[in-house]
Amino acid sequence: MTKTPNSVTMDESAERIILDRGVQGLVGKSVARIEGPLKTSGRADYANDTKLDGAAYGFVLTSEISLGRIKAIDVAAARSAAGVLAVIVDHPLLPSDGSAGNASLKRVPRDLPEVDSYGQAIGIVVAESFEAARSAARLVRVDYDEREGRYDTTRHLEDVEHEPKGGLIPDIKRGDIDAVMASAPVTLDITYTTPHYFPAAMEPHATVATWTGDGVEIHSSLQLLKTARAMIAASLDLDLSKVRVLAPYVGGGFGGKTGTGPEVILAAIASKETGRPVKVALTRRQTAHLVHHRADTHQRIRIACDDEGHILGIGHNSIVSQKAGRSFIEPVSLGTLAMYKGEARSFTQSAVRLNIPVAGAVRAPGEAVGSLALETAMDELAERFGMDPIAFRKLNEPEKDPLRGSPFSTRRLVDCYDEGARRFGWDRRNPTPGEVRDGEWLVGMGMAAATRINLLQESHARVSLRLDGGALVETDMTDIGTGTYTILAQIAGEMLGLPIDRIEVRLGDTNLPPSSGSGGSFGAASSGSSVALACETIIAELARRMDVSPDQLVLKDGVATARNVQSSLVDLLDGDDIAAEGVIKPGKTARAYSQAAHGAQFAEVGVNAVTGEVRVRRMLAVFDCGRILNARTARNQAIGGMIWGISYALHEEAVVDKRTGAFVTRDLAEYHVPVSADVPAVEAYFIEDPDRHANPLGVKGIGELGNAGAGAAVTNAIYNACGVRVRDFPMTLDKILAGLGPV
Amino acid sequence: MNLFEYSRPEDPSTAAKAGSADGASYIAGGTNLVDLMKLGIARPTRLVDVNRLDLAKIEWRSDGVLRIGAAARNSNLAADPGVRARFPMLSRAILSGASGQIRNVASTAGNLLQRTRCPYFYDGVSPCNKREPGKGCSATDGFNRIHAILGATDACIATHPSDMAVALLALGATVVTLKADGQTGRIALDDLYRLPGDTPNIETNLKSGELITHVELAAPPSGARQIYRKVRDRASFAFALVSVGGIVAMENGRIASAALAFGGLAPKPWRDPEVEQLLVGQAPSTEAFEAAADCLLKDAKGRGDNSFKIPLVRRTLIACLRDLTIDGAEA
Ligand SMILES: Cc1cc2nc3c(=O)[nH]c(=O)nc-3n(C[C@H](O)[C@H](O)[C@H](O)COP(=O)(O)OP(=O)(O)OC[C@H]3O[C@@H](n4cnc5c(N)ncnc54)[C@H](O)[C@@H]3O)c2cc1C
Ligand code: SF4
Repeated sequence: MTKTPNSVTMDESAERIILDRGVQGLVGKSVARIEGPLKTSGRADYANDTKLDGAAYGFVLTSEISLGRIKAIDVAAARSAAGVLAVIVDHPLLPSDGSAGNASLKRVPRDLPEVDSYGQAIGIVVAESFEAARSAARLVRVDYDEREGRYDTTRHLEDVEHEPKGGLIPDIKRGDIDAVMASAPVTLDITYTTPHYFPAAMEPHATVATWTGDGVEIHSSLQLLKTARAMIAASLDLDLSKVRVLAPYVGGGFGGKTGTGPEVILAAIASKETGRPVKVALTRRQTAHLVHHRADTHQRIRIACDDEGHILGIGHNSIVSQKAGRSFIEPVSLGTLAMYKGEARSFTQSAVRLNIPVAGAVRAPGEAVGSLALETAMDELAERFGMDPIAFRKLNEPEKDPLRGSPFSTRRLVDCYDEGARRFGWDRRNPTPGEVRDGEWLVGMGMAAATRINLLQESHARVSLRLDGGALVETDMTDIGTGTYTILAQIAGEMLGLPIDRIEVRLGDTNLPPSSGSGGSFGAASSGSSVALACETIIAELARRMDVSPDQLVLKDGVATARNVQSSLVDLLDGDDIAAEGVIKPGKTARAYSQAAHGAQFAEVGVNAVTGEVRVRRMLAVFDCGRILNARTARNQAIGGMIWGISYALHEEAVVDKRTGAFVTRDLAEYHVPVSADVPAVEAYFIEDPDRHANPLGVKGIGELGNAGAGAAVTNAIYNACGVRVRDFPMTLDKILAGLGPV
Repeated sequence: MNLFEYSRPEDPSTAAKAGSADGASYIAGGTNLVDLMKLGIARPTRLVDVNRLDLAKIEWRSDGVLRIGAAARNSNLAADPGVRARFPMLSRAILSGASGQIRNVASTAGNLLQRTRCPYFYDGVSPCNKREPGKGCSATDGFNRIHAILGATDACIATHPSDMAVALLALGATVVTLKADGQTGRIALDDLYRLPGDTPNIETNLKSGELITHVELAAPPSGARQIYRKVRDRASFAFALVSVGGIVAMENGRIASAALAFGGLAPKPWRDPEVEQLLVGQAPSTEAFEAAADCLLKDAKGRGDNSFKIPLVRRTLIACLRDLTIDGAEA
C-alpha cells in the first residue's frame, strides 16, 4: 500500500530530532560506504563506463578565438575521414556553453554564428571511436572574423557593474562605513585578490545519450538531476516527461557538475542525428573552457575598531568577473555578513564583464574566497592590537545575527575555538613571526574561523518496507562521492529498526522522486530529511497495525516491540509492501533564525628560508555542524574541504591569457591541486549540537564548511612563520621570496 | 586519423635503420610521446619500439664506468644500489621527478629527450616556433612562469623539463648512440642539446634515426659530495622551477673541483664552466658563492612571470654550495 506523502515545511522548528526515536544504533557511527566494494572493484558504472550496444563517440568542436563571428566552417575533410558518422555544426539546438538555472543552454545562433568565449562548443564530430572523432575534429577548418575582447579583470576595475543582475545576495549597507573608517582610532583597509579556479573533479565530464522514440535517456555525471533534466528538456525543446537522466555514481563535482554542460546536449543531438547511442567525454583540457570556473575576485576589506579592538564597522566590497550577459555573481561577502560584531556594515558585489568562459558555483561559493580575505584581515588586525587571534575573534563574537538581528539557530564557534586551541596546542605558538626555526625551515602556526551558510532544499524520497523484511530507499539524489548512499541507508535503518545490510538505496535516476541533488552542502540535510519523513509514515502505519501510538513503538533488528507485544516487521506487512513518500521543504525557520555551520581551523606550516617553498605540516579543525550522521563520511567531507583550503592558499590558479582570453593552465600538470605529499596529518573534530531549526534531522552541511577558513589558517601560519603577508592568492613561493632575509 | 606503423625490433641495428625512415620516431615508455600524439602535436608515421632491444641493463664496467641502458626504467635506475651509493644525486634527481607510476615506465633516453612543458606548445593552437617554425612565440610576452632566463632567444624561451638530465650533466655523462649506418656515436650530454637560436624546433644534435643505446658515467672524484635540490610549487609531482645538481670535492679547506648543473633555467640542462672555475681554489664563503651566482646569472633575462627565478636560483645555489662544502660532513 502507498500512503499519502508526509510533507514537512520548515515553518516551525522541529520539536525533537526525528532520528532520536531510533534505537538501531546506526546513526552517528563510523559506517563504511555501502557502495564501496562496487567502486573499489570497478563495478560501479560511472557515466563514461555506460555500455550501450552500438555506441558511437562524439568529440566536441571548440572555438579557437574568444570573440567574433564564424564566417565559415569547412567540415568536408572531417566528414570524409575514416570512421566518421557525422559532423554537426549547424543544428538549430546546438549549445555553446553550460549554464546554471532551469533555462535552456545558450544556443549558437545559426544565421550569424557568434563566439563569445574561448573554447566554447561550436559543434560535434561523431565517429566509430573516440580516436577517430578526435582526429577528425582536427580537420575541421573554421574561418573567424575576430574582434578584440576584454579578458583581464584588473584592467577594467573602473568599469564595473554595480548590483549586477543575477547576484546571489543583494548589496547591503547599514550605517556609514566611510564615516566610521574616518573617525575610528584603528582601521584596516586592504584589498585581497584571488584568481580563477577550476572545479577540477576527478571523474570526466561524460555523457551517453540514447533515444527511444521521442524520449531521450541521458547517462551523465551531474550533481543536480532535477535541474539538469529541466535544462536538458528546455535545450532540446522537449517535454520534461521525455527526458530521463541517470547518474548513479558521480566521481566528484565541486560545483562543476551543477547545471548542465554543453556535452550533454551535444550527445543527445548527436544520438538523434546518427540513430546511435552517443558517448561524449570532455578531455581534461577541454574542461578548462567547457566547464564553468569560479570567478577571480578583488576584495576590499575595511574594518574599523575602537582602541580595545571592538569592531565598529566592517566592509567587504568585492569585484568579480563574469562573462557578459551571464548571471552567477560570486557572493563573496556571504560568510562575512553575520561573522563579527560591528554596527556599520557594507557588503557589495560588483562585476566586471569579460569575454571569457562563464563563471559559476565552485566549492563553497562566497565563503571559500571570502574567508581568505576576511580571515587574513582579522589576523592582521589582531596583530596590530597585540592580541591573540582567537581572543580578538572572541571579543567580536556576536550574540545574535549582527545584520538581521535574528537569533542564531546554533552557533558553537567559541567552543570550536577553545577545543581547537586545546587539541592543536595553540598555546605553543610564538606570536612573533620568524622566530621558530627547524633547520632551514621557518615554522609558524595560524588559525582562522570558518562559517558556511546552512541551506535546505525541497527534496522527495520514497521508502518501501518490503516483504523480504528489508527496505528500499528511492530518490533521484546523487552521491558525488560524499557518502549519500550510506547515510540514507543509515537513516532508514535507524528509523525502521533494520540493520544496514537490509537497506537498499537507489539514487541518481529522474524516474525516482525528485531530490535536492548534491550542491551547496545541502544534500544530507535535504535528502536525509525526506527519507526520515517517509519512514515516519511507515512507522505510523506499523503502529496503527499494532494498535499503539508511534511513540510506543520500538523498532530494532526487524522486530517491532510495543507494550510487551513483539512482532516481526514482515508479519506486520500482511502480504503487501508499505511504501511512503517523504517531502521536506524550506520554510520560515530559514528567516527566523540565522543558520550557519561554524568551525575553527588551525594550521602549522614550514616556510623554507632559502626558497620560500611552503609545506603544511599539520592541520586541525573543530566544526560545529549539527548532528553527525556518519563519523567517517563526515570526517571525509571535513578533511576534503580542508585540503581544498591548502589548495586555495598555495596552489590553485587558472591563468587566463590576457591577450586571447584562453585559459593557459589546462591540465593537471599545470593546474596544481595538492598531491598526497602536500597533505600532512589533517584532523577534524565535531562538536555535536543538533540544530532543530535547520531540519528534522538537526544536521548541517559539512563539505564546504571545511573549505571556509582553511586557506586563511594556512596563510596566517605562513605569516607567523616568516613575517611575509601575501594578499594576492595563491601564495606561491615567488611571492614569499621577496620578503625573506638573505640566505 | 594519424595512422602509424608499429615495429618492435629485437636488435639495435634493425631499430636504427627503421628509425631513420621518414616520419619515424622511437618510442620507449611513451609517457611523453603518446601524450603529444594524442594532442596531435607529434604525428609520427612509424613508431619504432625500443623495449625489446636489450637496452634496459645498468652495468658497471671494470674501469668503473657506469653504463646505463637507454631503455632502463627511471625507477630501476634510481633504485640501483650502486647508483645510490656512488651517484646519489642521480637517484635523488630521478625520484624528484614525475610520479612513481610514470617513473616505472619512463626510460633513460626518453627522459633525456622529453619535450618542453610550455603550455603554448601543448595547446596546439597558439603561435609557437617550436611547433610551427616561423609562427612566433606566445610565451615571450605571455604567461611564462616556467620559462627560461638563460640561453633563450626571442624565438623560444622554453625550458627543458628533465631532472635526471641535470644530474647526468653535472656528472659529466656521455651519450652513446647507434647511427643508421651502423656507426657508434659518443656525445657529451651537454652537446646532445642545442640552444634554440632561431630554430627552436631542432632540439638536439642527433642525426635522423640516431638511436641512443646507453648513457655512460665515469666514477666521480673520490670524496666529492653530491647534491640535487629541486625547488617546485608543490611537494611532489611538479616540474622544477629551479633545480641544482652539484658535485664538489674539497682539499685542505678549499674547493678542489666543482661541477654544477641547473634545471628550470634554460632550454637545456645548464652548465657554466666559468662558474665552476671561479669556485675552484676558493675557501667556502658567502662572498665566493655570491660571486659564483653573479657569474651564472650575468646574462640572465627575466620576462615577467619568470623573473623570480633569478633570485630563486641565486639563493638555492648559495644554499647548495654551503651544503656541499660545509665542514665536518664529508660525503
Ligand atoms: C604528469 C607528468 C609529470 C612529470 N614530471 C616530471 C618531472 O618532475 N621531472 C622530470 O624530469 N620529468 C617529468 N615528467 C616527464 C617524464 O620523466 C618523461 O615523460 C619520461 O621520462 C619520458 O620517458 P619515456 O621513456 O616515457 O619517453 P617516450 O615518451 O617514450 O619518448 C620520449 C622521446 O624520446 C625519444 N626516445 C625514446 N627512446 C629513445 C632512444 N633509445 N633513442 C632515441 N630516442 C628515443 C622518443 O622518440 C620521444 O621523442 C613528467 C611527465 C608527466 C606526464
Ligand atoms: S617558448 Fe618555445 S615552445 Fe613555448 S610558445 Fe614560445 S616557441 Fe613555443
